[in-house]
Amino acid sequence: MNQTTDILVARGLRKSFGELEVLKGIDFSLRQGELVFVIGPSGSGKSTMLRCFNRLEEPTEGSVTIDGVNLMAPGVDINSMRRQIGMVFQQFNLYPHLSVSRNITLALRKVLKRSASQAEETAREMLEMVGLEEKADAYPGELSGGQQQRVAIARAVALEPKVMLFDEPTSALDPELVGSVLQVMRKLRDSGMTMVVVSHEMRFAREAAGRIVFMSDGEIIEEGTPDQIFENPSHRRTREFVAEISR
Amino acid sequence: MNRWDLFIETFFRPDLIEKYWPDIAGGVVVTVQVAVLVVLTGIALGLLLAMIRSYSLRGVNLVLVVFVDVMRSLPPLVLILLFYFGLPSVGILLPSFAVLWLVLSLVLAAFAEEIFWAGILSIRKGQWEAARSTGLSFSQTLTFVIVPQAVRMTVAPLTNRTIAITKNTALGTVIGVSEILNQATTAQSFSGSATPLMMGGIAYIVLFIPIVIAGRWIETRFAWRRA
Ligand SMILES: Nc1ncnc2c1ncn2[C@@H]1O[C@H](COP(=O)(O)OP(=O)(O)O)[C@@H](O)[C@H]1O
Ligand SMILES: [Mg+2]
Repeated sequence: MNQTTDILVARGLRKSFGELEVLKGIDFSLRQGELVFVIGPSGSGKSTMLRCFNRLEEPTEGSVTIDGVNLMAPGVDINSMRRQIGMVFQQFNLYPHLSVSRNITLALRKVLKRSASQAEETAREMLEMVGLEEKADAYPGELSGGQQQRVAIARAVALEPKVMLFDEPTSALDPELVGSVLQVMRKLRDSGMTMVVVSHEMRFAREAAGRIVFMSDGEIIEEGTPDQIFENPSHRRTREFVAEISR
Repeated sequence: MNRWDLFIETFFRPDLIEKYWPDIAGGVVVTVQVAVLVVLTGIALGLLLAMIRSYSLRGVNLVLVVFVDVMRSLPPLVLILLFYFGLPSVGILLPSFAVLWLVLSLVLAAFAEEIFWAGILSIRKGQWEAARSTGLSFSQTLTFVIVPQAVRMTVAPLTNRTIAITKNTALGTVIGVSEILNQATTAQSFSGSATPLMMGGIAYIVLFIPIVIAGRWIETRFAWRRA
C-alpha cells in the first residue's frame, strides 16, 4: 500500500476502560476516496474505534495518522486535526439553541476564522447539498430526525474534512427517513469523500462500500469486498453475524 | 373609636404617610440600587465560577467548593456583621452600602454557581463531542455550546434564588444602609406609629411583585423545544 495515498492509518490501536479491554490491537488503513463499512455485533468496539480516530477517546496504546500527521505526537494541534476529521453521530447532536445555519457556521467562524458572510455562504452551499436550503433559519427541534442528520452531515462537511466518520448515522431514524440520509452519503462518496461508515444498512453497503470490515470483540476479524464478506465469509463469526443481520 | 378606625389609625395615618413618603421613596431607590448591583455581580460571578469549575483543576475546585459551601451555609446576616465589624480591624474600611453589596453578591454567586454547575452537567455528552469533533477547543465549546444551553435550563431556579437573595437587602438596616426597612424603622421610632412600617411593606410589594411576575414570564419563555 502506498503511504502517500493513505488518509487514515491506525496501528496497534488498543483501548481499555479500566479492566475492560475494548480494542485489542486494531490495524486499519484507509485510502483517499475509499468508502469502508464497519460491521459487527453491538459492543464489539466499533464506536470506540471511530472515536479513537479523532481522539475523542484517548487510545491506551497505538497510533493514528491522518494524512501523514500522527495524532498521538506530542505538541500536535488536536483541534486543527479534528477539524479535518468529520464525525456524524447516531444521535445527530445538533446544537439545539442555534439555528440550522448557525450550527454550521459556528466552527467555520471559530476554528477556520471565516468571516460571518463567508461562513453563511458556505452554510448555504452545504444546505443546498443536503437539500435543506429552506431550513437555514429553523431550529433543530423543528426538524425531523432525517433532516437533523443531514444538517449534521452538512456541519461536518462544511469544514472540508479529509475523512468523514459515520457512527450508525441512520440507526436512530424512522425507516422512511433513512433513504434521504443515505442519498446524501451517496452524493458525498460520488464527490470523492473518504468515508468510514459504521452501519448495518446492508443494501447501501453492497452498493456503495469498496470494502467491508468485520469487527468482533475488539478485533478486526476479517475484511474484504462486499461480495467476499456477504457471500463468502471465511470466518465462522463473520458468517454467523452476516446470517443474523440479513435475516 | 371602633376597630376599623383603630386599624387605620395604626397602619395608615394620612399625616404620617404624607410626612414620611419621601423617606420611604429614598429607601426604595437605595434598595433598587443594591438589588440591581447584587444581581449583576452575583450572577456574573456565579457563572464565572461554574465555568472555572468545568476545567476540573483539582486545587482550584477544592477552594471553589469550600467557598460555595461556606457562603451557602452561613446566614447572610452573620456575614454582613462579620464584614462590617470585622474588616475594619484588618484595615479594610468599607462603607455599609459596599458591605451589603459585597456580601449579598458573594452569597448569590455561591448559589448561582451551584445552579449553573448543575445546568452544565445536565447537557448531554454528545454536545461536547459534536463540538470538539469540529475542532472547537474546550473553552470555545464551553462558551458557545454548553453554557448557552445550561443557562436556559437554569432560568427558573436562578430566578427564584435571585428574588430570595435580593430581599435580603433589608438586612442592610442593621449596618445602617438607608434602604427601605431602615427608613421605615427610623420613621417608626420617631413617630411611634406602625404606619411607616406598613409603607415599607407596601414598597417591597410594589418593588418585588413585578420581579416575581417577570420571573414567571422568563420561565415560560425559556422552556423551549429540546431537540
Ligand atoms: N466510556 C466508556 N466507559 C466504559 N466502557 C465503555 C465506554 N464506552 C464504551 N464502553 C464499552 O466498550 C465496549 C464497546 O463499546 P462500543 O465501542 O460502543 O461498541 P459498538 O459501537 O461496537 O457497539 C462496550 O462493552 C461498552 O460497554
Ligand atoms: Mg456503537
